[in-house]
Amino acid sequence: MTMSAVYIGSNLDSIVGEDPGIPFALLDEESKREIRRALLHAVCIPGYQVPFGSREMPVARGWGSGGLQITLAIVGKTDIVKVIDQGDDEGVNAVNLRRLVVTSTGIEESSEVVESTIIQSRHRIPEDEMINSHTLVLQVPVPEPLRGVERDMRELARMHAEADYSRMWVSLYEDKVRNGVITQTTGYPCLVNGRYVVATTPIPRWDIPRLHNSQFLTLFGAGREKRVYAIPPYTLVEPLTFEDVPFEVEQANGAQCRLCNSSESFLVESPGTNGDAGTWTCSDTAWCRARRIK
Amino acid sequence: MSKIVIPDAVLKVSGLGKIYGPITDGAIERTGSHVGTARDYQTGSIVAAWDVNFEVAAGEALGIVGESGSGKSTVLRCIAGDIDSSAGDVRLATFENGESNLLSLDAATRRKMRIDQVSVVYQDPAEGLALGVTAGGNIADPLTAAGWRNFEGIRARARDLLQRTEVPLDRMDDIVRSFSGGMRQRVQIARALANNPRLVLLDEPTTGLDASVAAGVLDLIRGLLEEFELAAIVVSHDFSVIEMLTERCIVMHHGRVVENALTDQLLEDPHHPYSQKLVSAARA
Repeated sequence: MTMSAVYIGSNLDSIVGEDPGIPFALLDEESKREIRRALLHAVCIPGYQVPFGSREMPVARGWGSGGLQITLAIVGKTDIVKVIDQGDDEGVNAVNLRRLVVTSTGIEESSEVVESTIIQSRHRIPEDEMINSHTLVLQVPVPEPLRGVERDMRELARMHAEADYSRMWVSLYEDKVRNGVITQTTGYPCLVNGRYVVATTPIPRWDIPRLHNSQFLTLFGAGREKRVYAIPPYTLVEPLTFEDVPFEVEQANGAQCRLCNSSESFLVESPGTNGDAGTWTCSDTAWCRARRIK
Repeated sequence: MSKIVIPDAVLKVSGLGKIYGPITDGAIERTGSHVGTARDYQTGSIVAAWDVNFEVAAGEALGIVGESGSGKSTVLRCIAGDIDSSAGDVRLATFENGESNLLSLDAATRRKMRIDQVSVVYQDPAEGLALGVTAGGNIADPLTAAGWRNFEGIRARARDLLQRTEVPLDRMDDIVRSFSGGMRQRVQIARALANNPRLVLLDEPTTGLDASVAAGVLDLIRGLLEEFELAAIVVSHDFSVIEMLTERCIVMHHGRVVENALTDQLLEDPHHPYSQKLVSAARA
């Protein structure tokens, strides 16, 4: 019997007749194998969205179930996992997902990039250098970069198949005409390996240059949309932009982290109280903490 | 019917046909102008167009006239690839040296061919334009498809085209939905010319516009056809459009070509009984 759900509790036990136990990494072997097959497919065709049989997970779809399934499918007994949400290891979602991975596998967890082998993230790539021993797993809400310009799935499939991205270019043109700048921030469309346009959701523009020719493997998982895609190491990742409109990352001129004084990391603003100016802090909390200790 | 051979034809259409429904023996004999119907009573199939042959040279416009349902638009849409044809051979001298039959291209190749070879101006601008996109953006679409990646370059080209088609430049960054019918049609023409196509297919380009606006659009089209040495096919049921834009035309009736003549001659001395009826109705 193929089991894709978690069997916990006496009621289920009585139905099944015997305690099936919780398999290593929660998912049964058939499920993990199916996800790994989709991932191999994704790595072979960089940027191509591969459908997979997204399982019911103990987190709601849209809450990182895609990234979680990838992590559970690739995790081995010697891996060390780091999970962040918005750059924060202590975010509620990050803590819960990490706890699920650790308790179902018995592996070590860490908040240090250098110690980790699998880094699951929502919204950020860690500031620390990542090398070929790392695998980055990103939780993706909307994997389809063309969703904003076309809703028909057959037409979307055709556009990707023929690399017909002119309407994506038109949307960038319209953005620039209406707003003077290209305003799209997270999910900025990028051309991978000169072939497929991907949504780099959920990371900000700031992190996009990190994906280009990276040493590490990046796996994208969208549980609700049932798609995985990948950017293998040393792959061209070019943000779509016009020749005369340079791609720019987010900037907060003169802003510094109020904890570590950094001005070279991705900063997030906290609104001030009583009309005071807002303050800035590093989005990557582990990086910020390490800097302060130094 | 005498066959007119054009020495430097850009477009050669031979044996073009489109049948909706099952194709059975005798369907062709049971339909057509002489029978008075395009519908095969045995199977219910519609022979929308059959055995259509013509050639068009650069700088020349060919008219297709006939009543509603006679197959004019079917022929146009088969050539453009908007619908699949049932039979025929269509060659464009400027595409792969005329060695490929456009009708047998796969969808991806056909789309690439359409980028800089063949443009269509539809009766309804909503078919040829994205109404929620600005006039400039609608022109940026074919340009980016052809590989344009310079924002100011695209702007300059769009400005130039809109100027030629007499769209006020201060409307360039407004969405097309806010435009009048005549202005939408001008934007559609500007877009059609973006990549200097060799062949332009005009499907009732002025139907639905009021007379004074239609006259302006017709003037514009005539000027552009001459200026760019375009080969064009103009489908219309309106003889004044045909007279103004074309030198030659074919008359279609129940899916068949019944007359192929010089436009002046057709209007003065139509040969086929149906042409005579059509011309006298229009001239009455």
